[in-house]
Amino acid sequence: MRLTLKLATAGAALLVSAGMAQAEYSDGTIKIGVLNDQSGTYADLSGQGSVWAARKAVEDFCKTTTCGKIEVVFADHQNKPDIGSNVARQWFDVDKVDVIVDVPTSSVALAVNTIAKDKNKVFLNSGAATSDLTGKACSPNTVHWTYDTWALANGTGNAIVKTGGDSWFFLTADYAFGHALERDTEAVVVKSGGKVVGKVRHPFPAQDFSSFLLQAQASKAKIIGLANAGADTTNAIKQAAEFGIVQGGQNLAGLLVFITDVHALGLKTAQGLIFTEAWYWDQNDANRAFAKEFGAANKGNMPTMVQAGVYSAVTHYLKAVHEMKSDADGAAVVAKMKSMPTEDKLFGKGSIRKDGRKIHDMYLFEVKKPEESKGAWDYYKQRAVIPAAEAFRPEAEGDCPLVK
Amino acid sequence: MIFELLGVPPQALFGQLLLGLINGAFYALLSLGLAVIFGLMNVINFTHGAQYMMGAFASWMLLQYAGIPYWGALVLAPIIIGATGVIIERLMISRLYHLDHLYGLLLTFGLALIIEGLFRQQYGSSGLPYANPIPGGTNLGFMFLPWYRGWVVVFSLVVCLATWFMIEKTKLGSYLRAATERPDLVQAFGINVPRMITLTYGFGVALAALAGVLAAPIYSVNPIMGANLIIVVFAVVVIGGMGSIMGAIITGFALGIIEGLTKVFYPEASNTVIFVIMAIVLMIRPQGLFGTPK
Repeated sequence: MRLTLKLATAGAALLVSAGMAQAEYSDGTIKIGVLNDQSGTYADLSGQGSVWAARKAVEDFCKTTTCGKIEVVFADHQNKPDIGSNVARQWFDVDKVDVIVDVPTSSVALAVNTIAKDKNKVFLNSGAATSDLTGKACSPNTVHWTYDTWALANGTGNAIVKTGGDSWFFLTADYAFGHALERDTEAVVVKSGGKVVGKVRHPFPAQDFSSFLLQAQASKAKIIGLANAGADTTNAIKQAAEFGIVQGGQNLAGLLVFITDVHALGLKTAQGLIFTEAWYWDQNDANRAFAKEFGAANKGNMPTMVQAGVYSAVTHYLKAVHEMKSDADGAAVVAKMKSMPTEDKLFGKGSIRKDGRKIHDMYLFEVKKPEESKGAWDYYKQRAVIPAAEAFRPEAEGDCPLVK
Repeated sequence: MIFELLGVPPQALFGQLLLGLINGAFYALLSLGLAVIFGLMNVINFTHGAQYMMGAFASWMLLQYAGIPYWGALVLAPIIIGATGVIIERLMISRLYHLDHLYGLLLTFGLALIIEGLFRQQYGSSGLPYANPIPGGTNLGFMFLPWYRGWVVVFSLVVCLATWFMIEKTKLGSYLRAATERPDLVQAFGINVPRMITLTYGFGVALAALAGVLAAPIYSVNPIMGANLIIVVFAVVVIGGMGSIMGAIITGFALGIIEGLTKVFYPEASNTVIFVIMAIVLMIRPQGLFGTPK
């Protein structure tokens, strides 16, 4: 009883001091909303792992800085734009959320992008791919953090065309993300002298790819580009192996592959795949230390680049808000974030451009052969570094109204 | 020729027809289980997709934890998952027989969500690897046919026909059908009707699990693999006629083929074509193509 009383008093004291420390923030609290897929095909690559990363960023930030009250909440958008929009509105209007982070699934991300702008809040996207977020749909309230379709296309497409893969057939997920990835990759292929001989758009999500693979086989294209993600990509790769696509002389290009996909496929099926990512857990000591903690809290899984990106984005956001001592004006916070160089233990030094694009190095990875792997989650060999300056679409080419 | 009119070379068309038939095999096997359960128990089993997923996971677990390969799983997984079905029927579904169909539907739907949630909690959503037991294939001239797909279509056809034969042509089947019509009378002849119904449910579930085992080497083994499929399979059952065994089998294969063709001519519509057909069939023949009007 006495203990309870003591705890209650201590708690009350903490609350009071917290309240005084950041009376500048709107409603006395910085509220971070992690909005992503908690139950569907992208739940492993974002999901609870991203929530953990956001909380970790808050924890690490508050180790070195006196923080006020910072709260992390999360919700499931089920990969549906209508559900994502409803949550975003509810969060901004009723629950006093200041910033929404993560949001994989491009169609949902584009919807949240508009809402954050209308309500003058902040949107830090790590999970979605469409390069339109910093192109024609760019917004003064949005930062696109980890990767985008242009960067994936540029990294993987270039590397493959250079090694002789100059005719392509696309298997494209039939929604905003697939279309953007296909468009950006096609541009890279054509620019480097290759050609696109055909494409087929499959429903999202799809289970059976045999019919589409047969069409790809008949096209005689050297490269079958998979402009999809998650279970769609793993299903397509698994079935391509079954139909002897690679033995037949054609190669697969996974345009968006996460480490969780490689884990789901197993090295035997995934070996030799080449793709572009922004981050890998086994690149350096800081990443490994982060991954170790992440694994302990997430059933031994390793973080994806999306989850690492959430950590990095939240860290930079907190720095900016802390310096401004206010989180009330979303556009002003994002402007502040753009004016400060970024630096954190996972992504190192970087910057954010006027169009909202976060700039850092990207990496070309190849999946190891089973005999090369030294243990669980030892999956990637680094083939090349794509320097930050070349990794993302030049600002002038994106048609972003903020740049003109 | 007609092929040129359609803008598709004949060889590609044959290939797509065959692939459609293979996918149809999955639809047939799954809708068969649903039709058996509905036809003989009047229960709309929404847990079917989850049980299909459990079949795939069971084969992965048998391999992972007990070293039992695919061929062993083909026998063991349906038995294990069928047994879980028996438990579910005894503990829960059997309490709802005196109520409207809707209650059974809601119960089994809720169960499916719980089961999928538990698997997701434990194994994540991105899936688990399961190796193909018969890799390789043969070139048929118009397409490359993986041995495994050939095996799936032949095996499913055999299972489907055997099930149809058992229910429509054997003495056991006649007891089952009689128990559906007049349970009191069949009971009076000294046949244990509740036990028969329990085993029927277990059998239907085992068919779903069998389809799951067949799917494991070609589809991603993940907790939501059944959720995506179950709606399509329900449409198949409705088109075939609720409860019609042969209807479920024929419609399963036929819709696989129609879906396959849609993937060539207008791939964007390939996940809706079955529902369009369902709507048309419901308007013209509400009892389904092979159902009898009540």
